[in-house]
Amino acid sequence: MKNREEIAEALAKSGYIADGELATAISLMQRLRRPLLLEGEAGVGKTEVAKALAAVHATELIRLQCYEGLDQSSALYEWNYQRQLLAIQAHRGDADSIEDQIFSEKYLLERPLLAAIRRDEPPVLLIDEIDRADDEFEAFLLELLSDFQVSIPELGTIKAISIPHVVLTSNSTRELSDALRRRCLYHYVDYPDVEREARIIMARIDGASASLSLQIARMVESIRKEELRKVPGVAETLDWAAALVGLDVRDLHDAREIVHETLMCLVKTQEDKVRVTREVAERILGKVA
Amino acid sequence: MSCCGTTPAFDEIDEVSRLVSGKLAAFLRTLRDNGFAVGLAEGQDAASLMTSGYAAKPGLLRSAFKHLFSARRSDWERFDGIFDAFWLGKRVRSRSFALGSAKSANNPSLKSIQDGTQQSGTQSATDQVPSAADAPASRGGEGRMEGASRAENLAEVDFRKLADPEQIAQAHAAAAQLAKIMRTRLTRRDLAHRRGRRLDLRRTIHHNISHGGVPISLVKRQRKDKPLRLIVLLDASGSMSLYTSVFLRFIHGVLDAFREADAFLFHTRLAHVSDAMKEKDAARALDRLSLLAQGAGGGTKIGESLQTFNRWHAARVIHSRSAVIIVSDGYETGDAELLGREMAALAKRCRRIVWLNPMAGWEGYAPEARGIKAALPHVDLYAPANTLKSLSALEPYLARL
Repeated sequence: MKNREEIAEALAKSGYIADGELATAISLMQRLRRPLLLEGEAGVGKTEVAKALAAVHATELIRLQCYEGLDQSSALYEWNYQRQLLAIQAHRGDADSIEDQIFSEKYLLERPLLAAIRRDEPPVLLIDEIDRADDEFEAFLLELLSDFQVSIPELGTIKAISIPHVVLTSNSTRELSDALRRRCLYHYVDYPDVEREARIIMARIDGASASLSLQIARMVESIRKEELRKVPGVAETLDWAAALVGLDVRDLHDAREIVHETLMCLVKTQEDKVRVTREVAERILGKVA
Repeated sequence: MSCCGTTPAFDEIDEVSRLVSGKLAAFLRTLRDNGFAVGLAEGQDAASLMTSGYAAKPGLLRSAFKHLFSARRSDWERFDGIFDAFWLGKRVRSRSFALGSAKSANNPSLKSIQDGTQQSGTQSATDQVPSAADAPASRGGEGRMEGASRAENLAEVDFRKLADPEQIAQAHAAAAQLAKIMRTRLTRRDLAHRRGRRLDLRRTIHHNISHGGVPISLVKRQRKDKPLRLIVLLDASGSMSLYTSVFLRFIHGVLDAFREADAFLFHTRLAHVSDAMKEKDAARALDRLSLLAQGAGGGTKIGESLQTFNRWHAARVIHSRSAVIIVSDGYETGDAELLGREMAALAKRCRRIVWLNPMAGWEGYAPEARGIKAALPHVDLYAPANTLKSLSALEPYLARL
């Protein structure tokens, strides 16, 4: 187990520039063995936290992407029916042995949740966008997260070999149940402040100088304050920074034309595009020292 | 925690830990009073954190507790203030604890909501625990619904003609009951017709064991239908004040009974009230609402409120099987054109818009107000809603969606 400072250091080394509180959250995860629920706007780097966590623990990342209608058979396990049917055809008439055979590990398809509890080393289990899954699935997940065992009727109960580090993310398109929330540690991922965003740009984009990164971060911060329908996240900032660096921009003031042309990396709906006119962009750019 | 104090040193530690755990318990209580969902398990975890070095620095402990106790963004943002107020003695509490009963009494339009359940206004100034002591007593005054027959009489009485508190209480109870009935029927109809589309291999194999595993009769399944989601936007302006209380009660019932429902209140601006409405005790829920309804009496800006809704809430609360119910008399004091535009935008998003206008039930009323004229082209169902009967007439319509 690592303490807080070591975690913060390891996070930084993995390329994730965390705010101070995230390291606390991760150390709590280890100590209390609770899952971590991350909420925040789209594109603020929730999923990246899980990736960084896997890097910190030097372990595998198992990801379960949630969607509407996600059920046990695509999240937990499924029998390989096609193979089972074939096996039945091939061993016709030998009823007893065939039954034992087709309900064995060989015919079991591991899905992310089952995989996560059957690893020797505890992996990081990322349950992405849990708010997109149905209520029923949420309840089922809750059960799994408290017991860490799975019962497969034909095979018996499978206990966790190791308890995974569980990270859940949510965009709050749906209100999650209180039970799930209570079970988890909670961390709200906000848009980073200018200084941290600049550091993120420098860490992620090769060739972004300190001064350019700071300019970009300031510019993005001001754009976020405009009343936009879709506020640009960190992911958009990084796209934009990559575009600017790719076009050999050293200083935003020297390349006004390019700034305008590449704003589409940040502003992504027609309505917002109308809102961030050339004048608005100029005004914002003027404020960015 | 162990309690075997054999050595003196252990006793001392025990003494300290008793003090600390007493303080911690008080903190947990404070959190619960502030609406945090804190259970036993969290308390134990908090205690174990305090003994394992997290209590060394207040900043560290705050951050650790914040992660542990918060469950949503609103908690997350309020936590620091509550923590500082409790452990460091800074004065922030008044703000974070304002949800109680402070201002309700002098609010004109929502005064009627209180209907006889006046909270004793004196105690609210002090501190926590708004609940246990005074609530049961005041709830007693409201009276239970006795039998269905008397509610029957009320069914056709216009809400504004309800005068004595007992009648009002009955109408409220009937409205709550109605919401519940709508729920059960709607969901049952949901399940009635379903035919498979995808092949369910697991069940198919099981069913065909008698054919030696050859899949002859196929079992199919279909994705479950989304339950209907109701979003209610209630006009709480002065012109509606005679009706707001009954509708609030109805909404409270709807939120309680429907698995998916959201409620908003608007007058000159829009407030999301689902959380306040989720309070189990209806009287207290309405009490909390009176705070949110501040500003009533300054006209009605339906267009602007809808704009706020479309912009900030629609994406989250509306899905493909959503019905939006707007309860308003349509007296728009703002820009009627804006109202028309926003209604059009809303109509694109949701399956049905139902506009309930209490005044439509009056004799000789015609929708002449500018606002309602602008909105009507986008409304799927325009119905009167001034009696319980007209409310219950909604149910068959919603069930068909």
